[in-house]
Amino acid sequence: MHGLINRAVERFARDTYGDAFWTSVAQSAGLEFSTFEAMLPYAYETTERVVEALAEALDKRQDEVLEDLGTYLVASPNTDGLRRLLRFGGTGFVEFLNSLDELPARAQLAVPDLPMPQLELREVDPTTFTLAVTATPETGDLFGHVMVGLLRAMADDYGALVFLNHMQDAPGQEIIEIILLEVAFAEAREFELGARAG
Amino acid sequence: MTHQTQTPSGLEQMLSVLCPWFIVINGEGRICATGPGVLKLNGDQPLVGTMLLDFLDLRRPKTLHGIEGLVAEPGRKLHLVTRTAPHTELKGVIAPLPDGAVPGVQDGAVLSLSFGISVIDAVRDYALSGEDFAVTDLTVEMLYLVEAKSAVMEELRHLNTRLETARNDAEEQAVTDLLTGLGNRRAMDHAIGHIMSRKTGFAMMHVDLDHFKEVNDTYGHAAGDAVLQRAAERLRSVTRVEDTVIRHGGDEFILVMPGVIDEAKVARLAQRLVTEIEEPIAFGSETLRVSASIGISIATDLTTADPETLMEQADTALYVVKEQGRHGFRIYTPDMGHMTGGETAA
Repeated sequence: MHGLINRAVERFARDTYGDAFWTSVAQSAGLEFSTFEAMLPYAYETTERVVEALAEALDKRQDEVLEDLGTYLVASPNTDGLRRLLRFGGTGFVEFLNSLDELPARAQLAVPDLPMPQLELREVDPTTFTLAVTATPETGDLFGHVMVGLLRAMADDYGALVFLNHMQDAPGQEIIEIILLEVAFAEAREFELGARAG
Repeated sequence: MTHQTQTPSGLEQMLSVLCPWFIVINGEGRICATGPGVLKLNGDQPLVGTMLLDFLDLRRPKTLHGIEGLVAEPGRKLHLVTRTAPHTELKGVIAPLPDGAVPGVQDGAVLSLSFGISVIDAVRDYALSGEDFAVTDLTVEMLYLVEAKSAVMEELRHLNTRLETARNDAEEQAVTDLLTGLGNRRAMDHAIGHIMSRKTGFAMMHVDLDHFKEVNDTYGHAAGDAVLQRAAERLRSVTRVEDTVIRHGGDEFILVMPGVIDEAKVARLAQRLVTEIEEPIAFGSETLRVSASIGISIATDLTTADPETLMEQADTALYVVKEQGRHGFRIYTPDMGHMTGGETAA
């Protein structure tokens, strides 16, 4: 899997549980190095092993770990770049949801070889959506639960109150239900278009 | 001006959605209405009633003059700049206003503005947000790309720095001379350390090529490199597997030969090395000739021997050979320390 994704898992583990924790996870995953390079490719199995080792070390289910990872990616100040890039998707949470279909293309505009699952949003009614996350051979089934955590954190970021439900865990396709309880529940986190550009 | 009504005309409402960076002017070039964002370019000061060209300066095309020129050629690409700091550059296009489209405006026109490449600065300078742009406007996508590109570049910069550091480290730790494939000083230290730990006596030969500089100066560096490569091959062919041959920078080599402590044997070996090095070397149509001067030290008593001293002794012996006309070898003797060697080089 792409180094950026492995690096994200590593940063999540380091930032949340400390460097020593990461070192032991890296060891039990059989890594022969202590840090991933964001811009180098790695075998898919490497990512799988790291996620497994992480879940085992934390005594959590893999899907819980992946969800925490998704939340971390948006909420942590250390990965604010990603949060900002996601916020470019729309000025409000619903607009953001409607931009998810093009998220893979958006991501690949910046990093052409980044593996991304196919995303498809369905509007069931004005406050109920489903997001189908379809795996590709490169992504495996790792992204669905990450998306749940990521969507939860993005809803917070936009100040929206949502209920998320990972409904289907079939191999190859996961379905996430998104119920919008309140669009403007809390103050949105600051997002200045020009804060970083240039 | 009295034409400006409190409620925007239907046209203004339409423009606000389709191209919010618009300015409606009347026939004399006075601003009648603007999109919501345009005021930000004027420090949030009202614009209605002021002259367009007092607000914006027309930079190109240079052939257009005044408001008449501006409206004379609708559809042309206009380059404008705000008259007040930060002097934001704008792209614009003007189209005539149909009569009666905005009540009270005669011979009017609509100017639609965009930031073009200056958008990166403009968004920051005016704290613009996604709502300031039309839904179909690609500005936000462009900002996204710039930011994503910067993030990727930053990662690549980090990667390059780390790779560069790793490369330097590897180079420093390398034990091989790239030109000759021989070991370097680090390889020699390693070999000597190994020999000393096994308490084996050894000979150290400091080989210096004679006439190398002349070859280099006469036939060029490629010829010099060929000589070094051939010399390295010959040194290796004469020595045994357990011997260490290193390139000691420039045209000097050092040989470390464990178990070789008999002076007669050392002398035979050294003579053979000189003879081998003196064999002519073919280089293209040229024939290159060099010779060798060899200073030798022998470590028999390993309890007192130390590599530094042995190296100095070999250097001293080499100096004596050179003093006595080069092309030969000398084994170090203590009286050489006074540089009064009387024997002739073999």
